[in-house]
Amino acid sequence: MENYLSIFTEYDIPGAFWVNIQLTFWAAIGALVLGTILALLRISPVASFQAIGASYVNLVRNTPLTIIILFAVLALYGQLGFTLGGDFQANFFRLSVLGLAVYHAAFVCEAIRSGVNTVPLGQAEAARAIGLGFMPAARLIILPQAFRGAIVPLGNTLIALIKNSTVAAVGSVATESSSVMKTMIEFRSDIVIPIFLTFAIGFVIIVIPVGLLTTWLSKKLAVAR
Amino acid sequence: MSASILFDTPGPKARRRILLINIIGALIAVGIVAWIFFGLAAKGQMQPEQWDDFIQASTWKNYLLPGLLNTVKAAILGIIGSVIFGLVFGIGRLSQNKLINGVSTVVVEFFRAVPVLLMIVFFNVFFSRSLELPGDTALWAVVAALIFYNGSVVAELVRSGVHNLPKGQREAGIAIGLTRGMSLRYIEIPQALVAMLPALIGQFVVILKDSALGYIISFNELLFFARTYSSPNGNVLQALIVTAVIFILINFTLSKIAEQVSKRLSTRVKKAKNAPAVVGTTAVTFAETGTKNDSKEQ
Repeated sequence: MENYLSIFTEYDIPGAFWVNIQLTFWAAIGALVLGTILALLRISPVASFQAIGASYVNLVRNTPLTIIILFAVLALYGQLGFTLGGDFQANFFRLSVLGLAVYHAAFVCEAIRSGVNTVPLGQAEAARAIGLGFMPAARLIILPQAFRGAIVPLGNTLIALIKNSTVAAVGSVATESSSVMKTMIEFRSDIVIPIFLTFAIGFVIIVIPVGLLTTWLSKKLAVAR
Repeated sequence: MSASILFDTPGPKARRRILLINIIGALIAVGIVAWIFFGLAAKGQMQPEQWDDFIQASTWKNYLLPGLLNTVKAAILGIIGSVIFGLVFGIGRLSQNKLINGVSTVVVEFFRAVPVLLMIVFFNVFFSRSLELPGDTALWAVVAALIFYNGSVVAELVRSGVHNLPKGQREAGIAIGLTRGMSLRYIEIPQALVAMLPALIGQFVVILKDSALGYIISFNELLFFARTYSSPNGNVLQALIVTAVIFILINFTLSKIAEQVSKRLSTRVKKAKNAPAVVGTTAVTFAETGTKNDSKEQ
């Protein structure tokens, strides 16, 4: 037991989780902005905009996240010399955030689109019937209901993002939890299972409240129909 | 199509405006592609010798195909394992027995919340220290992690598939004298399996993508081979693009198959709907709710 407890003093486990939370936070903002723009492109009446949005989603959604982050670090930075400022470590952190945001934006786009699909046709028809144009109808009638309908898939994307933030290990972010765990189990082979369970339960503790919160929010904000 | 709800059928003036914006949009799209292409060319990334490697038979024979073979091997083992794991724990979660139900719930909820990468790293060290596995330990580590995570997702698909069946199915089973377990096995699960097929194929895409995480533990899969091959040749960027294209082609095909299956299921149902028989209409409810649930359990 003492043997096990010593890992908490030797390694900064909460710090490792904090790095994952920071990765998640910045990537979530990026993915939400990019994903909303993509969703707007996909639901617009302009065929070429739809094609741009659809190509992005189909390309990115079918590519492994590992390749995307590796591309940011090895190709964008390593081969093309593209940097996002800061020192060496900050640059890798930001490149990983970029990769995470690019990947999850595709899922945010699909979540918002599925939210738009939950709005009944009659809502749009009623909006037009009372004389609202496209933008007022979208802003006042469609989108508020669409976002409320998209809470569950958006929450699921956030949960996926929290877990996928460990893939930043590929982007040389050595302070995040999966990298820290890797170092720990390689040096402390006597307590491999307790170390894994510690990190696993850490993620359970982060992920489950997010899931409960989304379910609660989606029920609370559900549009009664 | 979601777009239709947002817009009236455009009149002549709006059609002209849409055409104009459409042309601008197409120009932007072409512009983005050209910008990437010429940007890469300006950085000296479009030289033929950097790309030639990937149309040579030896590259494919020695690196890409063996890598792809390992990727596919991990994915197939992962798929088979996840379906078995998912059936066992999915049925476990439907059990009336509080103990079986409780254990299954804890297992499924736990493995759904743990990142796959964390499991891959753990199993790799755990297997190489405590178990004597035949062949490549890294392969087994990847497969085990894929099974535990995706199996839990499949378990949820099974459970939601059964929950979305009309109540009458179970009631009818019990009315003809089946026990709860028998009605589950003979009536509910077979229907739920058909309904969850599109979501299940969609999960195969996730398994294939996640197999690339094996890169981190130096599992000899496609991405790892592409990286080892290209590092000394200075064309990592090109190798990553080629690898991504291979993954996209396979996954896109899988997604299309899933779409087709789901379409076929819903047309099968629509035909049956016109007929007086009630059998088919059951499928309509879970074909629709099935897609909703699959995003919920993603």
